[in-house]
Amino acid sequence: MSKINFLKPDRSNLNTFLYLGSFLFLISFLDVFFNSFFDLNLTGFLPNFLSFVLPLILGFIGLYFIRIEYSGIKRLDLLNKHINTNNFNAVLSLLIIFIIIKSIPPILSWFVVDASFAGDSKDVCTGTGACWTYIKVWMRRFMYGMYPNAEQWRINLSFIALVLLGSLGYFATDKFKKYLTLYYVVIYPFIAFLFIFFFISGGPVFFDFSYGIIAAILSIIIGFFIPGRFKFYYFLIVPLALYIVLKYFLFFEEYIELGKLDGLNWVETGAWGGLSLTFIISFFCLIFCFPIGMAFALGRRSGFPLIRYISVGFIEFWRGVPLITVLFMSAVMFPMFLPEDFFIDKLVRAIIAISLFEAAYVAEVIRGGLQALPRGQYEAAKSLGMGYWKMHIFVILPQALKLVIPGIANTFLALVKDTPLIFVVGLLEIVGMLNLAKTNPEWLGFAMEGYVFAAIIFWIICYAMSKYSYNLEQKYKTDR
Amino acid sequence: MNLKLKDIVPQLITVIAVVLIFGFFTYNAQINMENRGIDFGYGFLSQESSFDVQFSLIEYDGSHSYFRAYLVGLLNTILVSVIGIIIATILGVIVGVARLSPNYLINKFAAFYVEFFRNIPLLLQIFFWYFAALRALPLPQDAEAIFGVFFLTIKGLYVPAFIWQNFSIFFYTLVAAVIAIIVIRIHAKKVQENQGKQIPVFFISLGLIFIFPLLSFLIGGVKLSFEVPVLKQLATTSFIYEGGVSLPPELIALTLSLSLYTATFIAECVRAGIQGVGKGQKEAAASIGLTPNQVLKLVIMPQALRIIIPPTTNQYLNLTKNSSLAAAIAYPDLVLVFAGTALMQTGKAIEIVSITMFTYLTLSISISILMNWYNKKIAIQEK
Repeated sequence: MSKINFLKPDRSNLNTFLYLGSFLFLISFLDVFFNSFFDLNLTGFLPNFLSFVLPLILGFIGLYFIRIEYSGIKRLDLLNKHINTNNFNAVLSLLIIFIIIKSIPPILSWFVVDASFAGDSKDVCTGTGACWTYIKVWMRRFMYGMYPNAEQWRINLSFIALVLLGSLGYFATDKFKKYLTLYYVVIYPFIAFLFIFFFISGGPVFFDFSYGIIAAILSIIIGFFIPGRFKFYYFLIVPLALYIVLKYFLFFEEYIELGKLDGLNWVETGAWGGLSLTFIISFFCLIFCFPIGMAFALGRRSGFPLIRYISVGFIEFWRGVPLITVLFMSAVMFPMFLPEDFFIDKLVRAIIAISLFEAAYVAEVIRGGLQALPRGQYEAAKSLGMGYWKMHIFVILPQALKLVIPGIANTFLALVKDTPLIFVVGLLEIVGMLNLAKTNPEWLGFAMEGYVFAAIIFWIICYAMSKYSYNLEQKYKTDR
Repeated sequence: MNLKLKDIVPQLITVIAVVLIFGFFTYNAQINMENRGIDFGYGFLSQESSFDVQFSLIEYDGSHSYFRAYLVGLLNTILVSVIGIIIATILGVIVGVARLSPNYLINKFAAFYVEFFRNIPLLLQIFFWYFAALRALPLPQDAEAIFGVFFLTIKGLYVPAFIWQNFSIFFYTLVAAVIAIIVIRIHAKKVQENQGKQIPVFFISLGLIFIFPLLSFLIGGVKLSFEVPVLKQLATTSFIYEGGVSLPPELIALTLSLSLYTATFIAECVRAGIQGVGKGQKEAAASIGLTPNQVLKLVIMPQALRIIIPPTTNQYLNLTKNSSLAAAIAYPDLVLVFAGTALMQTGKAIEIVSITMFTYLTLSISISILMNWYNKKIAIQEK
């Protein structure tokens, strides 16, 4: 056994250093552990400050002793490599370990141990922990807003049906795979709209909206048969014309009135709310902002200067203003711009506003993808005799969209996180409902529980979305 | 001829469509305003506003004009944005670097922070801090002093106020110190290029920036004293702090949530930037004998900054725009004061909303122009 130099741990006295270091570290660990979990202050006899830093000092010395390079013990080497690289890292690691140990008991006691779950009134919430009874009692309001209790099966049914229909793509055989895009882009939104229109609303709220959707879908379907060089004019004129024809000449309202399901009451959009409204708004904005954004991205890359300027103006305008002012505009300014007898529901106005706003961001993301494509792709497509639309639909956009999956996912995440802002137009989704419930005199003082609950829900949704986008990115990653 | 027509017609149709839409809107707006008896104009800006704002950086009360109210809101917005940007940048850089740490615990801790705060809506975070966390703070009479001078209470944070004598002299010495440092830097660079000698610029600068203001205290007659907030009883149960500077809880909640939220995005930008510098760069720099500090300063950072700055600018813009969420917790920013209270009082929806939007547009475009200029300056000069 060679001479021990305590300032310089090395391999020759491996065991001594290892035992001494582990012992010191264990002492410091146990001190903090007992202090935090059992409220025992082992070093209480020492002055206050010293008893506070003692575990840190002991742990630091312990980690210093076991920092032996090439010790030959696999676990020790791994430990040194990962948390004990040098003095600075050792201190930080210790701090983080201690913070975690210290913060577990209060969090656990608030969430579970001292929390109250049972009962259905405020009286059971006497403990120091969270009052989950509050969430339990208000659950329906947080999920469905002011939607009548007896009618909530309509929302459930619609959502379940839509999830089932949406998952069809996973079960599609190869034979039907090529129709999937058509299904998801045209048919599925239409079905979703019908569900929301007939089931969740059950009344005359969405009329203007329905003309718009039907006009858009009809024009897309007809658009497949229009020769390429007329497509631009076609898409500029026909949707609007269809809309006008539907609204003013076909008396479509009567057919819808006839086709209305019997026995369903009309629930006005003001009563919609909670998490279901978050989903409805996110869903429609997601559907609308994507094609609009794509159109403006192409417009910004267009060879026609005037179209380019208009696109740039549109994109920069929406990107330059906060969403809250856009919603303000849709609430107080937009009605001034429409004919007096022309009434648009506030939910529809909010959806239009958010869609236009997010479309600008989608446009910038897609433009990034378009710019990242090498010129050769454009030239090759042109040399095959493809026109502008054919080139973009079959060659450019599939590649560009693949490239920008992460960016698009981020924009959609931002969209979901922006939905609480609709409180500006007087719609209450889950955060708005929380603020309403918080002011209820029966349930004062449970703001914390409500916000934690909503935060957990949003966190799960957003985290799942970001993980899903990561998977998509990996799936569609192709070597170029 | 044919070719020209093909170019002109689509543009013409688009422009006509846009003009038609805008014409339709203005036409309706005109009719609507006539029917409701509202006249269009910005004359109201000079009228007396007759509402009060609870927190303002400039002198303001109900007898001032609407324009003054607009300025109050604008300054409050800028205040929140600037504080938020500073905190978010510092926090974001620290977390971004920590994300790349070889230390497993630090790495995961930073990752946890980013994933946690990024996936919760900002509005929810603002509500959480304002309605839940800050409401749990003690009342003024129960508050304990932090370092003996700060008081964190349910009514806000009270900090001591600086009271300067001859502040201008102090300021001039500070400016002089900065100029001296710039001169020394230029000189040091020249010396290094000509003779290869290195002057310890950092320590000289550090010395200068302390010595100059110190001299102003010793010789120039500059004096600094603090006004510590003192608890004062208004009624039997109502207490308040007097003196010092008070930061309202709305401001604290807003800056806290804005910077915690934006820092996660900045952290990701920083991480991407540092990872974006090739490993070969580091190795090449080390192989020509640069010290680790020099590698970081002369090789890694200049390249990483090129990748970091554009997305970070976007985050600054987002923070500025997100500060408009202040309206939700009644912090008197531009949206609340002007697009809220002033709009309610005057009913001039079009004018006020357009002014508000135009202001935000100007703010964002000026920040992005500034950053584009900086970006161009540091971009690689390709031949």
